[in-house]
Amino acid sequence: MATAILPPEYNHVARDEPLEIELKQPWLAALLAWLVPGLGHLYQGRTGKGLLFFVCIMGAFFYGMYLGDGHVVYASTPGQELRWQYYCQLGVGGAAFPAIVQRSRVMDDRLPIGQDPEDDDRAWYAPPRNEQVSTIDDSGNRSRQPNELSRWVVDHNPYFEIGTVYTMIAGLLNVLVICDAYAGPLVIRGKADGDDNDEPNVATA
Amino acid sequence: MQIPAYLPVMFAAAMLWYSAPLVVAVSLVCAATRQEFMQPILSHAARFAVWIVVFMGLFMALISLLQWLA
Repeated sequence: MATAILPPEYNHVARDEPLEIELKQPWLAALLAWLVPGLGHLYQGRTGKGLLFFVCIMGAFFYGMYLGDGHVVYASTPGQELRWQYYCQLGVGGAAFPAIVQRSRVMDDRLPIGQDPEDDDRAWYAPPRNEQVSTIDDSGNRSRQPNELSRWVVDHNPYFEIGTVYTMIAGLLNVLVICDAYAGPLVIRGKADGDDNDEPNVATA
Repeated sequence: MQIPAYLPVMFAAAMLWYSAPLVVAVSLVCAATRQEFMQPILSHAARFAVWIVVFMGLFMALISLLQWLA
């Protein structure tokens, strides 16, 4: 069992004693926080913060997915390198990790999960085809794109990019949440103590 | 048909609204990783959100200035 200790009077609460936070099993809490933002905090009994993290991060993530028509996280073309944006999006583990599974299914010449074989359009959560496709823009002009990812970017411009940014920021924010679940809040030195005692929050096993 | 000169500016300004939910989410999450209780989290988030908006404004002013000088 581990605890994080916040210095007295931190959080602007009149406290004479340091605040102890039960972190339970920090590794398990961090893993849960990666799988579902806020779940690690719920496991530790820090319900308010858990719900706050869940709403903020999953809200940003799924709004980004909505803006990008469900493709922004699953947009790495099979046979090519993963998009660099995906490494940021992977911070939201449970919602982003299936992209690897879908991509490997396509690379093994299998249909992605949820894809209708009769449907020409890619389903949500399915990676793009690595072949030339044509698209018609708002002015009625037909253009040929080198692959389906390029078509998505053109078709949903600029929302594909905005959605990508939303999901990337959600993933990066969850890295902070994982750290918080593992070791407790990041105490701002000086402000916390108000004197020369720069004792940080301490996690003890 | 000639596109009015103000249209791209209006379009860019409309795009800025997409930053508002992000500012809220980022400030709340960052504040919550530095505090433990809800009241300090909210006041920290409010200060941080103002800081982000001011920073964005200054950055936008700098870019506009560079564009004007170019």
